[in-house]
Amino acid sequence: MTITLFIPCFVDALFPRAGISMVEILERLGHRFVCPEKIVCCGQPPFNSGYWNEARAIATKVLEQLQSAEVIVIGSGSCGAMLKNFYPELFKDTPQLELAKQISSRTWEFSEFLVKKLGVTDLGAKFPHKVTFHDGCHGLRELGIKKSPRELLGKVSGLELVEMAEVETCCGFGGTFAAKFPMISTAMGDVKCANATETGADYIVSNDSSCLMHLQGLLSRQGNKLKTIHLAEVLNEQ
Amino acid sequence: MTFVSQFMKQARVMAGDLRHRHIIRAALGNYEVARDQRTAAFQDWQAARQLAAETKWEAVNHLDKYLEEFVAKIEARGTKVHWASTAAQAREIILKIVRDKKAKCVIKSKAMTSEEIHLNDALEHAGLNVVESDLGELIVQLRHEAPYHIVFPSMHLTRDEISELFQRELGSAPTNDPEELTMIARRTLRKKYLTADIGITGANFAIAETGMISITENEGNARLTAALPKTMISLIGIEKILPKLEDLALFLPMLATMGTGQALTCYNTMYGGPRQPGESDGPEEWHVVLLDNHRTELLADAEQRDALSCIRCGACLNVCPIFRNVGGHTYGTTYSGPIGSVITPHLRGLQDWKHLSNASSLCGACTETCPVKIDLHHHLLQNRRNAANEKPVFKEQIGFKSFVQVANHPKLWSFAKKFARLTQPLQKLVKGRRLDPAYHWTHTRDLPDVAPETFKDWWGKRK
Repeated sequence: MTITLFIPCFVDALFPRAGISMVEILERLGHRFVCPEKIVCCGQPPFNSGYWNEARAIATKVLEQLQSAEVIVIGSGSCGAMLKNFYPELFKDTPQLELAKQISSRTWEFSEFLVKKLGVTDLGAKFPHKVTFHDGCHGLRELGIKKSPRELLGKVSGLELVEMAEVETCCGFGGTFAAKFPMISTAMGDVKCANATETGADYIVSNDSSCLMHLQGLLSRQGNKLKTIHLAEVLNEQ
Repeated sequence: MTFVSQFMKQARVMAGDLRHRHIIRAALGNYEVARDQRTAAFQDWQAARQLAAETKWEAVNHLDKYLEEFVAKIEARGTKVHWASTAAQAREIILKIVRDKKAKCVIKSKAMTSEEIHLNDALEHAGLNVVESDLGELIVQLRHEAPYHIVFPSMHLTRDEISELFQRELGSAPTNDPEELTMIARRTLRKKYLTADIGITGANFAIAETGMISITENEGNARLTAALPKTMISLIGIEKILPKLEDLALFLPMLATMGTGQALTCYNTMYGGPRQPGESDGPEEWHVVLLDNHRTELLADAEQRDALSCIRCGACLNVCPIFRNVGGHTYGTTYSGPIGSVITPHLRGLQDWKHLSNASSLCGACTETCPVKIDLHHHLLQNRRNAANEKPVFKEQIGFKSFVQVANHPKLWSFAKKFARLTQPLQKLVKGRRLDPAYHWTHTRDLPDVAPETFKDWWGKRK
């Protein structure tokens, strides 16, 4: 099995450590993988804003790049939902629908891939900190991912997982929503940060860097010592 | 002021209003506990949702058939049925009945349809005294406000605020005891029931099979509104149809569960017609006004037709983080929260109301909770798509067209990252201020730097 690793645009530019951690983890597990250099973005920003023609222009390129991929692993619940759930919607009534459906069925979010496809939960990681896990809404509700990240965290040596109150409530990122309605987005983020802070955790861990970018932005601005970190980085701590 | 600028202005104020946030979280915290206890009491809540969705889907897809059946049955017992295509027609029909009866005082039980057609304004304008008999509705009426929430009209107010309002408007003594506040309202209302010429109600369900309407309530006020005045008018959205009487066995507990976290509400009443020969009470005349007001246009939209399945339980409002942070009034619509954001563009114009579909993080909590499984957050996406197809926003379209170029040309993407890295120090000089191109982000949040070595840089070197 050759894995195609899809690194989302914001992970590439802003959070490379998350992507590098995924590479190193898959390597340690002895898998062959490729990382298509021609893929930049899944097309979610224009899709969510209603500009489906523009989204299709990007997604068409992505389909071309992925057409022969055996298994696609993507390091974000949100981009994963785009490929798995929204590509078939986006290509409805087009000749590419069949390919979109095939690619959808071959796509895995990173934590689900480890637990459900590879059957691996213990990666031998050590992370002696108290953490709380934030479920990105796309991962949670579009893809139904809830247990896998927690199973993985459960096997990390020294790690203590504490659930926060209102754990399934959105953090307020929401893609372009965060910039179009910053006041609402910030209010939602404040509620999330307060709930996370209340757990006494050192880190908010998530499988979505985009939510973490928003939360870390708020925490840093407010001088809160709580830090954010991608799940893959925690799992890659040896 | 346009609807969107009104929304933005109000949302900015409310999102920063910590007192409001606290009141709503506290109120909904209690609701959530009760709701979860009630859903757990169903043998299989998910199966119940599926059945409810299928039942409403059947009703909505054969609305013509079921409405005719409902009307034939209800007319057979002497009810007069009126069809209103528009809000204006509905107001006219009701005003004509009111004038024919030479009515002076109208008492109402809770009906969102009456909010939708601005009935109180029309009646008051015609010189009538209109009294809301639902406690929450009475409170917002005394404040000259629209209901804050479709189920809890005055949930944004504290007991002290209500007490002050009653002191000012009803001349009562100060108290913050909920029971005493209720008694004050009751003393005021009891007199009104006796003097009102006309009672106006809505309906929670209209049963085609038996030609009856079902009203769910907790205060007994709808019963009095329907029973005491000589004439009763029920203003009902055409989508309220349920095919069979037995459907209520599911829908009454479901509405109570999701609406208020109760097993059943205190009163559930079926109305089948005006007073029949030999009966001792009930209205002498009953008029049913069936309201379309753009519902048939929503029915024609195959993608979003399921939004007509809504039973107005308010559950999607309660879980919506947008609603919880901006509050019900900010929407500026009769129906707020996710369901309001979905249907208002259909009822009142897509371009004027598309901002409500944009004002969502698409988290999907609404869809997850909806008892009749309306695909709410995906409908928000479809509204966005329809709005952009119909009338793209120039700035956004240019932005996304450029984004396509960057996304589809890795060299441009690489250049964009380098450019951002170079200009970051300049951006930092104006960080969070109006001059900052990322102002909408950086006003309240720090922005991460483009990494000195991006993933693609690292990967390129490694190969």
